[in-house]
Amino acid sequence: MSAIAWALPALPLVVGALLLLAGRRADGIAPMLAVAAGLGTLGLAVAAAVVRPDVTFPLFAGLPAGMAVDGLSAVLVLTVASAALAVLLFAAGDIGPDDARARFFGLMLVFAAAMLVTVTATDLAVLLMAWEVMGAMSYALIGFWWHDDERVDSANVAFLTTRAGDLGLYFAAGCAVAGTHSLSLDALPHAASPWRDLVAAGIVVAALGKSAQLPFSFWLSRAMAGPSPVSALLHSATMVAAGAYLLLRVHPLLETTGWAGTLVAWAGALTALVMGAVAVAQRDLKQLLAASTCAQIGFMVLAAGVGSVAGGTAQLVAHAAVKCLLFLGAGAFLTALGTKDLSELHGAARRFRLVGVTFGVGALALAGLPPLSIWVTKDIVLASAPVPLYAVGLAGGILAAAYSVKMIVAVWHPEDALTRDDTEQRGTRHVGLAEKLPMPVLAAVGVGFGIVALPGVLGPWQRLLGASGEDGPTAFELVLSGGLAVLVAAVVASRRVRIPAPAVARNWFYLGQAADRLVARPVLALANALAWFDDRVLDGAVRAVAAGGRAAATVTSRRVEFPTDGLVDGLGRSVRRLAVLARRPQTGQVHTYYAQAAVLLVVLIFVVVLVG
Amino acid sequence: MTVLSLVIFLPLVAALALYLFRLGDRASVWTWIVASAADLAIVSALWIGYDGPGIGYETNARWIPSVRAGYHLGVDGLSLPLLALTALLFLCCAVYSLRQTRRVRTFAALFLFLETVSLGLFAALDLLLFFVFFDLSIVAMYFVIAGWGHGERLRSALRFFLYTFFGSLALLLGFIGLYLGSSPKTFDMVELTRNPPLADKPGLAGLVLLAIVVGLAVKTPTVPFHTWLPPAHTDAPAAGSAILAGVLLKMGTYGFVRIAMPMLPDAWREYAWVIVIVGVVSVVYGALVALAQRNLKRLIAYTSVNHMGYIVLAVGAAGLAGDEAARRLAVTGAVTQMVSHGLLTGALFLLCGVLYERTSSYDMDEYGGVARVAPVFAGLLAVASFGSLGLPGLSGFIAEFQIFTGVIGAGTTGAAIAGGISVLGVLITAALFLRLLQRVLLGEPGTLTAKVTDVGAAERVAIAPMLALAVVIGVAPRFLLDLIEPVSSAVIALVAR
Repeated sequence: MSAIAWALPALPLVVGALLLLAGRRADGIAPMLAVAAGLGTLGLAVAAAVVRPDVTFPLFAGLPAGMAVDGLSAVLVLTVASAALAVLLFAAGDIGPDDARARFFGLMLVFAAAMLVTVTATDLAVLLMAWEVMGAMSYALIGFWWHDDERVDSANVAFLTTRAGDLGLYFAAGCAVAGTHSLSLDALPHAASPWRDLVAAGIVVAALGKSAQLPFSFWLSRAMAGPSPVSALLHSATMVAAGAYLLLRVHPLLETTGWAGTLVAWAGALTALVMGAVAVAQRDLKQLLAASTCAQIGFMVLAAGVGSVAGGTAQLVAHAAVKCLLFLGAGAFLTALGTKDLSELHGAARRFRLVGVTFGVGALALAGLPPLSIWVTKDIVLASAPVPLYAVGLAGGILAAAYSVKMIVAVWHPEDALTRDDTEQRGTRHVGLAEKLPMPVLAAVGVGFGIVALPGVLGPWQRLLGASGEDGPTAFELVLSGGLAVLVAAVVASRRVRIPAPAVARNWFYLGQAADRLVARPVLALANALAWFDDRVLDGAVRAVAAGGRAAATVTSRRVEFPTDGLVDGLGRSVRRLAVLARRPQTGQVHTYYAQAAVLLVVLIFVVVLVG
Repeated sequence: MTVLSLVIFLPLVAALALYLFRLGDRASVWTWIVASAADLAIVSALWIGYDGPGIGYETNARWIPSVRAGYHLGVDGLSLPLLALTALLFLCCAVYSLRQTRRVRTFAALFLFLETVSLGLFAALDLLLFFVFFDLSIVAMYFVIAGWGHGERLRSALRFFLYTFFGSLALLLGFIGLYLGSSPKTFDMVELTRNPPLADKPGLAGLVLLAIVVGLAVKTPTVPFHTWLPPAHTDAPAAGSAILAGVLLKMGTYGFVRIAMPMLPDAWREYAWVIVIVGVVSVVYGALVALAQRNLKRLIAYTSVNHMGYIVLAVGAAGLAGDEAARRLAVTGAVTQMVSHGLLTGALFLLCGVLYERTSSYDMDEYGGVARVAPVFAGLLAVASFGSLGLPGLSGFIAEFQIFTGVIGAGTTGAAIAGGISVLGVLITAALFLRLLQRVLLGEPGTLTAKVTDVGAAERVAIAPMLALAVVIGVAPRFLLDLIEPVSSAVIALVAR
């Protein structure tokens, strides 16, 4: 049975890799093949959810790795596989033959495969591997239209921001080994202090980065540079969802540290509030949806912080369906009408009825209107939150109603004289069958998933996730949040109130600029300074040593070599002079020899007498 | 004639044959290819036939009996991966050199000689034999850069020669220290490992370690002894750079694990902190300086400083206190990194050569949009870059993850801080490789883009196998780790004495 655990990610991974290797030759069959692989993956996901496979395998010495499907993973693999299939189907129509389809579908399949491994990994090594591959795929997909430097910049920002968070996971893995002698996720809460706290800190940073929570949210705004189907998958069941999933997975660890749960809960709640305000202020449909993703993921993160696994997971599933649907709708509008500017989209929903209706239903669900899904799932999360967090979460919910209805108003407002098509690209004026097919299904899930809160369903749902005993929402809470949502929705829909859109909120609180000024530029400046240092000072010192060596050689040759040489020369000269002197007595005449011998004899006698 | 001697001297024999039979250009390269392929086949057979742990395929013949230096060869889990890497890289460079046109026979002969030298070094079990190969590698590489380089090749070659020769002199001094400290006096590495010299003279052992570490640090290279590397790489021919980075740098890191750690365990533990700090500085400094480069080849040269820094960090941490299993993991990661860096950086330098051959420029700002004109080249460069920045699924991650987890997992505060700082290297290398990809491959075309054509068949056949192997190690690393792990255990046990 463990074969299913391998086959589930292997199918999309292998098909995706083959498409990437084949390149443009496979452009023709890529959509068909990808949809088939998506269908197969969904089948395997269903099988995995039923069979609950479990594998362990050796990876690093003494640190066994594994993949397993438990209740939480079962929900996630079904969500991921379903969303992936929906998006692949849409993309089969949306990504035209002019684009590099083999590359697109290949990357999408590997992207989905990485998420499937992420949600089934039982240890930090396998998790981190899949987690980072997912980041790289999102880079390649955001920068899919790489001819455009700006889109590549956006891809770089997305990858580097999420990888900055990922450093937390690298660090956490080391601390896990120090604290538990294993990388197993289940063992983490049992790590000794302070390793337990360090592991928690690393995981929290990585998860907040991946899920685009404060202060990392800006990368998700840049991620809009990719094709619409990429956004649909990235914002629903992969990438951003991975951070929320990981926090839900390790919530026992967050709980045991004491501080981590609180920190995570506040990070999520504040993101829901702040990014809700950002979403309200947006004028671009995809930017609005991106900010709303941060905000809605904030509720899942809040859930992990306060220990509402059932609520957080329900929110994840409902949001995945809704956000996938909304991005597909936005993508259909963009392809058909060539614009995503909210004020240019007037009448869009009327021109494409099915897209308009399903988009409207999705937005109503996102608004938290009763009896639709997110109204319920958000309240299950908030049911576990203490009062201050509850209040912040409720405010976030109100903002959700405002921005959601703003979208509905924009696309359902009748076309007027000022509405222009094709402000960003040439539209096709056409939405095909493949694009439409997934929309009603996603809308149905978005509408109906609220049933998890029904008394007969909530219990089994909690048991499935191993979260029995968690609080469910009270009737009062449901009425309060539902009533507020309806009220705000009505006010916005009436168009009597001008919605404030301060520049600071429109620009995502300048988070991206802050990261650029405070981190990216100083690091680059430091790099340049060090490069200068390396070239001038360090290498300069080496060159100086070499130059010093040459100088010493010169000095030696002038100052030492000459005198030494001179000494030798001088010695030679003296010897020569002596020789000349010595030649003098050699006259060859016997009488001079005799005289010399006589003188020598006198000297000898003299010496003998003196010494004697 | 033993099988290891055959492996080592087969390329040299082939080199002599080039002259003996006065082979032409094409025939010379093909001889080189066949000899390297045969060597790779034999090394693979040795790998399959090796049943460790311990030394396999050992030869020990008399060489210079007066100083008890022998012709002692053998392989274990540390040397086998490096022998295989060496054989593969030389084969890839041979195939790549099918496009070489200048003085081809001499070029091939020089590389075959260099292959013998490199294989000999990784199989040597005698310090003098090791030193001879160590020194000859410098000589051969000097001629490769000076003879077939470009730019300021003579200057860079001379600087490379003098700097690394200085390093090898320091190393020789250290080896003589080990010899004099041993009793009975010997240059035999196995005996020196069994009975570490200078165990009772910590001061002297420290000085000997200093000499050896400086010698190896120049070769590796680590900060601050790295400044010979960027000019040498920039001006070397592509195949020369690939061998320099892929094989010659490993001689330094190999020396740490083979010689410095097991032969001077007390001194190693005593000064482990210095090694760790040098490693951390190399990681961060190398990455940051690489980030600032505009010259493609200089950039990759500096990433080598970063990647070698991880290895130095790991072997330093192996000498610290802390959990033994974690430190074993770090050493396994270090050896894996040697292989991984050889594959990925070797491929990166050959890819640099592809560009240079077409445009004669390494200035990244003159490119852009190359993916449009050379899609296969773009794919290969992207895979190599992501491998080098440590993306899971490629060998770099397998190495670096083990190093980080091992160092931090050792469980001491200092090691956790050192590991925590080093993790930053992964982010900086990500930034610099994304910038590289953007400047060269993506975006608007630059002034030289039109000159670039896609990789030819020989280039493809040369580069793809390295990357394929990096993927295999990244996805299914057990075949490699099974070989390395016993060595890691042994090294940790030896250092702990």
